[in-house]
Amino acid sequence: MNTAAFSRREFLKAGTAGGAALVIAFHYPARTADDPAKAQEQQPPNPFDAWIRITPDDHVTLILGKSEMGQGVFTSLPMILAEELCVDWKNVKVEQAATEPKIYDLGTGGSGSVAGSWLPLRQAGAAAREMLILAAAKKWEVGPDTCKAQNGFVVHGHPERTLRYGELVGDAATLPVPSFKTVPLKNSDSFTIVGEDKHRLDSSAKTNGSAKFGIDSRVPEMTYAVVARCPVFGGKLSSFDAEKAKAVPGVLDVFSFETAGKGASITGGVAIVATNSWAAMQGRKALAVKWDEGAAANESTEELNKHFIENASKPGKVVRNDGDANSAIADGTKKIEAIYELPFAAHVCMEPMNCTVHIQADRAEAWVPTQAPQWAQAVIAEAAKLPPEKVVVHTTLMGGGFGRRYQADFVMEASQIAKKTGKPVMVLWTREDDMQHDFYRPASHHKLQGALDAKGNLKAWKHFQTSTSIAVKWEQNGDEKPEQSEFGTAATIPYVTPNVRIEYALAHSSVPRAWWRSVEHSSSGFVVESFVDELAREAGQDPLAFRLKMIGDSRKVPQFGEGPDSPPLDTGRLKGVLQLAAEKAGWGKKLPQGEGQGIAAFFSFDSYVGAVAEVSAGSQGIVVKRLVCAVDCGRPINPNGIRAQVESAAIYALTATVKDAITIERGRVAQANFNDYAMVRMKEAPPVEVHVVMSSEAPTGIGEPTVPVLAPAICNAIFAATGKRLRRLPIRASDLA
Amino acid sequence: MADVLYDMGGWRGDVSTTFILNGKSTTVDVDPQMPLLWVLRDTLDMTGTKFGCGMALCGACTVHIDGEPARSCITPIASVSGKKITTIEGLSADGSHPVQKAWMEEDVPQCGYCQSGQIMSAVALLAKKTNPTDADIDDAMSGNICRCGTYQRIRKAIHKAAAQSSKA
Repeated sequence: MNTAAFSRREFLKAGTAGGAALVIAFHYPARTADDPAKAQEQQPPNPFDAWIRITPDDHVTLILGKSEMGQGVFTSLPMILAEELCVDWKNVKVEQAATEPKIYDLGTGGSGSVAGSWLPLRQAGAAAREMLILAAAKKWEVGPDTCKAQNGFVVHGHPERTLRYGELVGDAATLPVPSFKTVPLKNSDSFTIVGEDKHRLDSSAKTNGSAKFGIDSRVPEMTYAVVARCPVFGGKLSSFDAEKAKAVPGVLDVFSFETAGKGASITGGVAIVATNSWAAMQGRKALAVKWDEGAAANESTEELNKHFIENASKPGKVVRNDGDANSAIADGTKKIEAIYELPFAAHVCMEPMNCTVHIQADRAEAWVPTQAPQWAQAVIAEAAKLPPEKVVVHTTLMGGGFGRRYQADFVMEASQIAKKTGKPVMVLWTREDDMQHDFYRPASHHKLQGALDAKGNLKAWKHFQTSTSIAVKWEQNGDEKPEQSEFGTAATIPYVTPNVRIEYALAHSSVPRAWWRSVEHSSSGFVVESFVDELAREAGQDPLAFRLKMIGDSRKVPQFGEGPDSPPLDTGRLKGVLQLAAEKAGWGKKLPQGEGQGIAAFFSFDSYVGAVAEVSAGSQGIVVKRLVCAVDCGRPINPNGIRAQVESAAIYALTATVKDAITIERGRVAQANFNDYAMVRMKEAPPVEVHVVMSSEAPTGIGEPTVPVLAPAICNAIFAATGKRLRRLPIRASDLA
Repeated sequence: MADVLYDMGGWRGDVSTTFILNGKSTTVDVDPQMPLLWVLRDTLDMTGTKFGCGMALCGACTVHIDGEPARSCITPIASVSGKKITTIEGLSADGSHPVQKAWMEEDVPQCGYCQSGQIMSAVALLAKKTNPTDADIDDAMSGNICRCGTYQRIRKAIHKAAAQSSKA
C-alpha cells in the first residue's frame, strides 16, 4: 500500500517549520520518507522555470502551488512574490502550478499558506530580481550593485537608463540562481505591495461565469457518474440489480467497485455512468440495491450522548496537570461546574465533491478540486498502477474547501470508476451525498470546573473532554494519544492559575471525522471562552476586565504539547485584540432591554482574534445584530483579503452556532440538504466589522482563527441580555425558555 | 440567428425543445423532463450556472426566464419552450454589467461558486427596484446561500450598482 497517508498535523508542522524548504512535507510512508531532507540540500529551482514567467511584452505570470478555495491565496501569495520581484502589480496574472512536489509547496490547509510561503516566496522573488539586475548590469557592463530593480525595470545611473524585465528575462533566466539563504530581501519600509489593500485577481472570472471549478471540467468524450453508497458508515454492498437503472435514457453502464485505504470514507458502491449528470442521478434513483449495513447501524446521536455522559462520570486520562486542581476546587470558596456540548458539523462546500479522471494505459490525467493534489495524484497512480509522475493532476478552483477537500475519498471513487470505463469520467456528488458522506467535525462533550479565591482570582481550572477524536482516525499513534487532536490551545489557557488539570476520554463512533474549519479550536474556543465568562460573572467582575486581569502581564506562554517550532502564545497580543475589539464595539455601552454584548478572544493558527457580539435575545428569537472583530495575524499582506476571511469565518461559525447539528440515526446522517441542515442567509447575516492590527511580526493564519471566538462571543452576549447561559451548540430560541 | 441543434446522446425520444438562450435561438434534443440546469451545463457546456442542491434551496443555479429569476435545477427543459433564458454568460459581453462591476469593486467573490446565482438574483432585483432598501435586498437575496459568507459585500455591491445605474 503506497497510498500517501499523512496527517494534517504532520503536514502543518513540517510545512510551517520548513522556512526555506520549498519541498512539501507530505508524508509518504517508507518509500520517499527521506526525500524532503535530500531535496533541501539541492540547488533551489530556477525561479523563471518554477514561479515566474515574464513575456517580452512585460506580462508577468506567477505560478503557485497552493490551491484557491476562496481564501484568497491567488492574490496574497502573488503579492509576496511581486513585492520582491519589483513588478507592476497591474501586470500580474496567476496560474496554478503543476503537481510537482519537488518545486512547489503543495497542500493547502491549516491557515498556513501565507505563513509558510512568506519567506520562500520572498526568496524566490528576490532571486529572480537579482538575476534580472545582473543581466542588465552585464548588458551595460557595469557593477550589479550600481543597478536597481523598480516596477518592472532595471535602472542605472544619471541620467537614468532603463531596461524592461521583458527585455532582460531571456538572459536572466540563464544565469546562476543565487542562494535563497543569502539573497537580499527588501526592507519592509520599502514595501509597495505587501500591506496594501489589493483587489482579488480572480474577481473577473468569478463574476462572468468563466471561472472553472472542478465541476466545470469538460473533456472530450467524457461521461458523468454518480455513486450509490451505503448510507451507514462502514457498511458494504450486498447486492444490486442494474436492469431498471440501465433502462434510464442516457445511462451507459452500472457496476460495483471498491475503495479502500486510510482516506476512504466508504467501502465502495455502485457507479452509474451516463452521458450527463442528470441521467446518472435518474439511474441511481432507479437502481435496486441492498446493503450490508454492518455494526454501525445501531449508532445514534442519542447513544453517543449517553456514551459521553458515562465517560464524563469517570476520571479521564490526564493530559496536563499543574499543581493540584482537584484539591483547589474542593477547597475553593467559589466554584462552578458546567457542561458544554458540540455536535458533529458538516463542511458543506457550495460546490459538491467531484473529480474527473481519465486513465489510459501509460498515463492518467485528472481535474481535481483539491487541497491536497499530491494525495490525489498518489491515489490515482495507485488505482492506475502507474508511477505518480505519469499522473497529471490539474488542481482546479474550488467552490469552498474548509478542510473537506483535504480528503481524497472522492478521488478514490473517481479513479476506480475511470479505471473501469477507460474514458474520462466525472464523479459528481449530489448535495445529499456531500452532506451524508462528509468527514465531520467531531462531536464533543466537556466538563469544566473552576474555582476562585476570596479576591476573585482564578485558583483552579479543570477541563475534562470526551469526543470522537480525529487523531484516532488519522494519527499513527492516535490510539495511544487520541487527545492530541482535540484540545489545541485549550490546553494552553492564557489565564493565570497555579492549578490546571486537563483530562480526556475517547468516545467511540463510526462517523468519519477530520479537519473542519479551525478543527479542534472550534470546540476549544467555545468552551474556554464561555467558561471564563462564567467565572467572571461568578467573581462579580466585568468579563473584559476579568480576562485582562487573569491574563496578567504580557508574556510568552509556550503552546502546551507543542515543540519549540511552535510560536508561543503572546499574551500581550491577545490582550491587544481583546482591547481593540472592545474599544471599537463600544464595550459596556448602554443597550436596550433584551440586548447584550459578549466578548471572546482566542489564539489559534498562531493568530489572535478578539470579537464582540451584540445580540437581542428573548422568546421571540435570537438576533445577532453586530459583530466586531479585531485580528492580529502578524504582518498583514492584503488587509482587504484579511477582512474578507474574517467576515467569512464569522458567518461560517455563525451557521454552526445558530443553525443545525449533524445527527446520527440508525448509523446514518439524518440531514440531507439545506432544508434540514440550514445555512445563515442574507437576512440573518449581521454586519461584521473587522479591525486588523498593523503588526510587523511574521504573518500567520487568517482563514480559520475567527471561527473559535464567534460562538462564545454570541453565547456570552445572550447571557448579558437574558441571564441565561447557553452551553450546547447549536443554540435555539427555545433554549431561552 | 441560425438554430443550433444539440443532440443529447442517450435520449431516444423525438422531442426537441427550442428556446432563446442569451439572445440566440437554441434547440436541444433531450428528455423533456431534464432540468434546464443540466441542459445548460452538460448539453451546452455552459458551466457558469452552478449546481448546489438540486431542490431550489440554495440559488446557485439561478437564471432568468423571461426576465424573472428562476431556479434552473428544478425547471424541466420542456417548460421553457419558446422562452427567453439569460444566464451569467449572457449578462454582458465583457463583464461590464453594473452589477458585475460592483461585484469586482467590492471584492465580493471568495470561492465564487455561488456568485453566478447571486448576481442573477441581484440583477433581477435591480430590474424591479432601481434603488432597493436593505429589506428589499433581504427579500430578494435570501434564496441564495453563500457559504463563504460574502453577504455584507453583496449588500454593499447591490447598493453601489443601484447608485451607479441611477447616475448613468
